[in-house]
Amino acid sequence: MSVAQIFFYLFSAIMIGSAVMVIVARNPVHSVLFLILAFVNAAGLFLLMGAEFLAMILIVVYVGAVAVLFLFVVMMLDVDFAELKQGFAKHLPLGIILGLVLFIELAMVIGTYLVSPDATLVTPTLDTSLSNTEALGRVLYTDYIYYFQTAGLVLLVAMVGAIVLTLHHRPNVKRQKIANQVARTKETAMEVRKVQPGQGL
Amino acid sequence: MANDIASYGWSLALGITILKSLLLLVALLVFVAFILLADRKIWAAVQLRRGPNVVGPFGLFQSFADLLKFILKEPTIPAGANKGVFLLAPLVTTTLALAAWAVLPVMDGWAIANINVGVLYIFAISSLGVYGVIMGGWASNSKYPFLGALRSAAQMVSYEVSIGFVVITVLLCVGSLNLSDVVNAQRGNYGMFSWFWLPLFPMFVIFFISALAETNRPPFDLVEAESELVAGFMVEYGSTPYMMFMLGEYVAIVTMCALTTILFLGGWLPPFDVAPFTWVPGVIWFVIKTCLVFFMFSMVKAFVPRYRYDQLMRLGWKVFLPISLFMVVAVAGVLQFTGWAPGH
Repeated sequence: MSVAQIFFYLFSAIMIGSAVMVIVARNPVHSVLFLILAFVNAAGLFLLMGAEFLAMILIVVYVGAVAVLFLFVVMMLDVDFAELKQGFAKHLPLGIILGLVLFIELAMVIGTYLVSPDATLVTPTLDTSLSNTEALGRVLYTDYIYYFQTAGLVLLVAMVGAIVLTLHHRPNVKRQKIANQVARTKETAMEVRKVQPGQGL
Repeated sequence: MANDIASYGWSLALGITILKSLLLLVALLVFVAFILLADRKIWAAVQLRRGPNVVGPFGLFQSFADLLKFILKEPTIPAGANKGVFLLAPLVTTTLALAAWAVLPVMDGWAIANINVGVLYIFAISSLGVYGVIMGGWASNSKYPFLGALRSAAQMVSYEVSIGFVVITVLLCVGSLNLSDVVNAQRGNYGMFSWFWLPLFPMFVIFFISALAETNRPPFDLVEAESELVAGFMVEYGSTPYMMFMLGEYVAIVTMCALTTILFLGGWLPPFDVAPFTWVPGVIWFVIKTCLVFFMFSMVKAFVPRYRYDQLMRLGWKVFLPISLFMVVAVAGVLQFTGWAPGH
């Protein structure tokens, strides 16, 4: 068994184990932490396949940003476990159906692969002389630039929508106006008064 | 015999890597011990105090005395704490801080792993750093740590964005994600004036300030603002777990100093490419530059008052983000239209 194989089984085992723990763990914060462990191990698997750019992006985006927000929300929310468990029996049939569909699809994919490993609809054209950062960059920013920009635009619209829905101006809140503070001079801020002895202002 | 070497080749390589890692680890920890002392000494000097001056000559061994004190104390775990996560948090902080050093080149060819995506690796590891703080704050099951953890999550995520854009402008000028290439790209005819700090001066300033915020240094240490949150996420920690938080924090600071050196101050390159400067080995230049950046870090700590939280957020999102985003576009445009872009 080569070193790469040992690491493959190590990463896979930890990943599957932590994926199971995501569902099994009673504490939602523990679930998110196990999810993060699963992400990190997935990044390890990407590295083994030579996709170092994808591995790093997976960690930066999913672990560094998305999972932080998950953790944030889960910690802030007060989850009622008893209430969650009540719905278990009611939603069980739906869950079983979803699981079955996923299982059948997986079985079909793996079955097809086992019968004829070479059967694919598209053959990827790979330029092996490029590092995979460069190859991905070419595909995203040169070959498919318009699709990429459209996807960006869709996300921008979604972001603007979210801001419009949640933003509301409160009238009676004092806010710091940096420009006004900086523009303050001696003339506008101070006033010299003559004070007569024995009298106040 | 040749067959033997071929079959044991990877274990030999593994052994050498482990040895190199250990050497770097020891050197780094000793460096951190003295940099911690330097931090306290500089802070004291600004306030006209003497600082630690009892243990060893000029107090040089103060950090080692502190280490012994931390280790020999009894660790306490609060009754309401989530024990596993509580103890995991400082470990995560320290491990991640040390892991970043795997790719930092301290001299030409002196990196444990000279990988092609070095910059992304550093970025990935430093974006994970927030977990130690959040886990510690949540697992303590108490108000101040939790508030500190929430503040830090928002703060570190905010400033990572502008750090990312600053790094992108540097990468545009280099044309590679490899940290050794970043340093080599700064070798020019004008010595220290061809390093990136001069042509990318605004980005250098933004990177420095964002690095302060990313490592929770004053004036952005709202995570552990002692006047509001006692010690923030570290309130419930003591003895060895506390020391690991402290160690992780300082290693992260040294990492940021080293990264500033690599990205903007020419890494191991001598300031001028003439005789007396080129005699000094590159690693010495690297350490000198890192110390210089750290000196700036601790001077800031000594004389800048702490930011308010809304000011911190305003600076990150409304000042640094637009400037750095504009600079990415500007630098890319200049490189494209002047033909200075690398690789053409």
